[in-house]
Amino acid sequence: MSGGISSASAANDPLFTRRAMLIGGGMAAVGGTLLARMTYLAVFEGEKYRLASEDNRVSLRLIPPRRGWIVDRAGLPLASNAPDYRVELIPEQVTDLDATLRAVGQVLSLSPEELARIHAEVARQPKYMPVELAHGLAWRDFATLNIRLPDLPGLVPVAGFSRTYPGGEAFAHLLGYVGSPTPAQYQVEHDPLLIFPGFKLGKDGIERTQDAPLRGIAGARRVEVNARGRVIRDLDTRSDTPGKTVRLTIDKGLQAYAARRIGDDSASVVVMDCQTGDVLCMVSMPAYDPNVFSTRVPADLWKALQASDHHPLLNKSAQGLYPPGSTFKMMTSLAILGSGISPDATCNCGGTYRLGNAIWHCWSRRGHGTTNLRNGLPRSCDVYFYTFGRAAGIEAIATMARKFGLGEKFDLPLAAQSAGLVPDSAWKERRYKKPWGIGETLNTSIGQGYLALSPLQLAVMASRLASGRVIVPRLLADEPKVPIPLLDIPPEHLAIVRHGMDDVVNGPGGTAHSAKLQVEGVGMAGKTGSAQVRRISMADRKAGRANTKFQPWKYRDHGLFVAFTPIEAPRYAISVVIEHGAHGAAAAVIARDVLTYLLEPERAYQVLGVIEADVAKRKAAAEKAATAADAEAIVTAPQTAVAGEATPD
Amino acid sequence: MLNGLWTLRLRQIPWGIVLVIMALGCFGLVVLFSAAGGHLDPWASRQGIRFGVLLVGMLVLAQVPSEFWLRYAYVLYGAVLLGLVGVEVLGAVRGGGQRWLDLGIIQLQPSEFMKLAIILALARFYHFVPRAFATSLTGLWPPLLMIAVPGALVMLQPDLGTALSIGFGGVAVMFLAGVRIWLFLSAGGAILAALPVAWTMLHDYQRKRVLIFMDPASDPLGAGYHITQSKIAIGSGGLTGKGFLEGTQSHLDYLPELHTDFVFATMAEEWGVLGGLAIIAGFGIILAWAVGVALRTPTQFGRLAAMGLACTLFFYLAINMMMVMGLAPVVGIPLPLISFGGSAMMTVLILLGIVMGIARAGRTERL
Repeated sequence: MSGGISSASAANDPLFTRRAMLIGGGMAAVGGTLLARMTYLAVFEGEKYRLASEDNRVSLRLIPPRRGWIVDRAGLPLASNAPDYRVELIPEQVTDLDATLRAVGQVLSLSPEELARIHAEVARQPKYMPVELAHGLAWRDFATLNIRLPDLPGLVPVAGFSRTYPGGEAFAHLLGYVGSPTPAQYQVEHDPLLIFPGFKLGKDGIERTQDAPLRGIAGARRVEVNARGRVIRDLDTRSDTPGKTVRLTIDKGLQAYAARRIGDDSASVVVMDCQTGDVLCMVSMPAYDPNVFSTRVPADLWKALQASDHHPLLNKSAQGLYPPGSTFKMMTSLAILGSGISPDATCNCGGTYRLGNAIWHCWSRRGHGTTNLRNGLPRSCDVYFYTFGRAAGIEAIATMARKFGLGEKFDLPLAAQSAGLVPDSAWKERRYKKPWGIGETLNTSIGQGYLALSPLQLAVMASRLASGRVIVPRLLADEPKVPIPLLDIPPEHLAIVRHGMDDVVNGPGGTAHSAKLQVEGVGMAGKTGSAQVRRISMADRKAGRANTKFQPWKYRDHGLFVAFTPIEAPRYAISVVIEHGAHGAAAAVIARDVLTYLLEPERAYQVLGVIEADVAKRKAAAEKAATAADAEAIVTAPQTAVAGEATPD
Repeated sequence: MLNGLWTLRLRQIPWGIVLVIMALGCFGLVVLFSAAGGHLDPWASRQGIRFGVLLVGMLVLAQVPSEFWLRYAYVLYGAVLLGLVGVEVLGAVRGGGQRWLDLGIIQLQPSEFMKLAIILALARFYHFVPRAFATSLTGLWPPLLMIAVPGALVMLQPDLGTALSIGFGGVAVMFLAGVRIWLFLSAGGAILAALPVAWTMLHDYQRKRVLIFMDPASDPLGAGYHITQSKIAIGSGGLTGKGFLEGTQSHLDYLPELHTDFVFATMAEEWGVLGGLAIIAGFGIILAWAVGVALRTPTQFGRLAAMGLACTLFFYLAINMMMVMGLAPVVGIPLPLISFGGSAMMTVLILLGIVMGIARAGRTERL
């Protein structure tokens, strides 16, 4: 058609044919290469890529195990899991964040701070990660939000569980609380559960030491996820194994009562079964609310707790160390008897004891006159113990004290325990490179000086005195019971000391006369003590400040009391320490009421009403005064050359 | 009479090739159906209608005699070039890279048509240039200019893939037209020699910049992920694939561009090497037929056009498949007849229609 088209066929154009064939061959080669490459990827490397695609597709999602309960000896819950209704938001599904938050706000009233936190988390996290809007919703609100779900895309109601402590503060130090794991913990045990959102583990107390049995084993859900991490469908599930229940030897009612009975004092009460060693009560007040600690601790609450001079964050029962004061005199008595001195050996107490040119005072200025062990212990005559304690010697006293578990750490599931100190000459040499002095023996024999013991140790001491056996405290009820050997102390020595303790409460002139048990036919035997926090100087004596009641609270003596009941066949032993509680009689009254609870709960509760009304009145007055409390470490510093006591111990 | 002409015309259509094209297109629809999670929406249905319409268009174009293409090759080339400039102007006005001419009813991508226009224009050029002059200066600069101008315009869009395609097609026609082989060898040699020297002189960030400059449309950070997921899809398919609708890489969004540039990986995951073999064999048959057409065609224009168009189709296929298999960098080139999208399908079916027209002319030998 168009001019000049040469009619040369390709056949007559060898150059074109050559080049076309060349290109055609090239195409075939590339096609072959592509097929070979594909075969290589799919067949020779197929396994690798199959795994990779499976890795992409399948994600293991943990199912966190339900945490085991902690129950008391009767199976009553001390720590359990309460249904926790939360509401979360998945940002990538939300159409209008502000509108959604407004709608949720109508039901839940979110505070400006909360809104700020939510906005910050939405901005920071990947868009498919849920953001918690609120937790601990009331069932009503939760139900309301569930009804409104269809018009609020991205809103996810979650019915989970949160740790709850029905006993509250009374059990705080014993049980501890739960919290989110720290990165350091994850470094140690690479359990993926630890980085599961919302997972909590034990942070203190039983919760921490028994974390392994309580934790349980996580279940797993194999799910198919898309590239954005959204779950498409479940593949299969291995259900979780809930944590084991941990049963304690604690008596829930007793512990709750003791905590209330302490009132607004700073005190510790330890009650033990002196036949088995079961710890029935271990309470330290004031405390904190573990229910609050297991969520988020408000900063101002934390500051207040740290600053308080009542040490609410410290477990005084196991970690607080105090000079035992006169409660130690049973140990000195047994050392005296053990070194062959007759219980009827007397000395004359004129109110003072002279050593060299120093004067050692008895707490009674007038003196006790002729005193032997049988009346010296109930009257707590210092001069008697100076005299015969010195005769027995520090080694005998220290050895005796250690037989009663003093200065010892027990194998208990507590987060922390202090060993305390029972001093002797070898220790002094190690610690101060100085020889032991006689004055120090005098101090030790009346329970002052270097001695530092925990309320738990005092309770163990009381149990061993009462039973004559080497009672070891137990907290885990389901641990196997081991036979309890007898103390290698002549029973008649123990009988003399027990009789003295009976007289402390029930005899004439006993220091804990006011603390007599009111229960029909049951008696209590005990020993008061007061531990000096501060040396009484001569200036104080002259100014009439020898009586500790005239000192500011933080300089007052600690009041101590150890006891057991019934007298004839002891069942329960108790130690009470009131920080700055002035003297042992105050502690004795608390011990009486706590033991009364075990024998006649109704009577114990009658007393409580009066005391709690009194505390409320004081609290109201204190709030008016609003004095800033200044924190101070528990005094465990050794007191040197104590110049007598002014309290009837 | 008319009837007779029609039956003759119908008989002249290479039905075997049409069948292969239809098979490939339908396989593409099946893959798109699966890519949408077993739904006709949003891809398979639209692609199906498009395929049907364009297939008819191809058969109509097959009736156009090759003289028509010879006569209007420059006109077409000029029109498409004007379109490219128009797109550029529009882009300057609206801001940002612009590839489309929006004519209201249809969006046209002039750069797509340029792939065809360059082949036809160069074939026409060499049709009237005696072979002796092909390597002379006067015979060299017009085709080079004809390739460079649209190539540069397309690079500005920026669309590296299409620019390369235009260049490849143009150079292929020059090669077939008999431009001396030493020119290609020395040009290739010079480029090869210059590359490492130039490359080593650059700093890292400059190299990156060059890469981004050459193909800004592809995200260099994203490219690695694309390739990895694509290889996983192909590799995990194995010999026979995971089965229809069973692909995980595609259905769970791990594979990006699963229905366009990476549709081959989507297919391979579910159909395995056998599926890949089917596609490569199908296109192999089409290409072999086109090369055969070129070899049989008596006219210089016809054979250059047929072979050049075959090269253009081949370039599409080779680059796309090499890309999804990790043998070539990621450039946005779809897999013709299979990938979702109108432009590539239109280009390839027009291209095949033209080749069918040339084939008829070659068989009847009346040009």
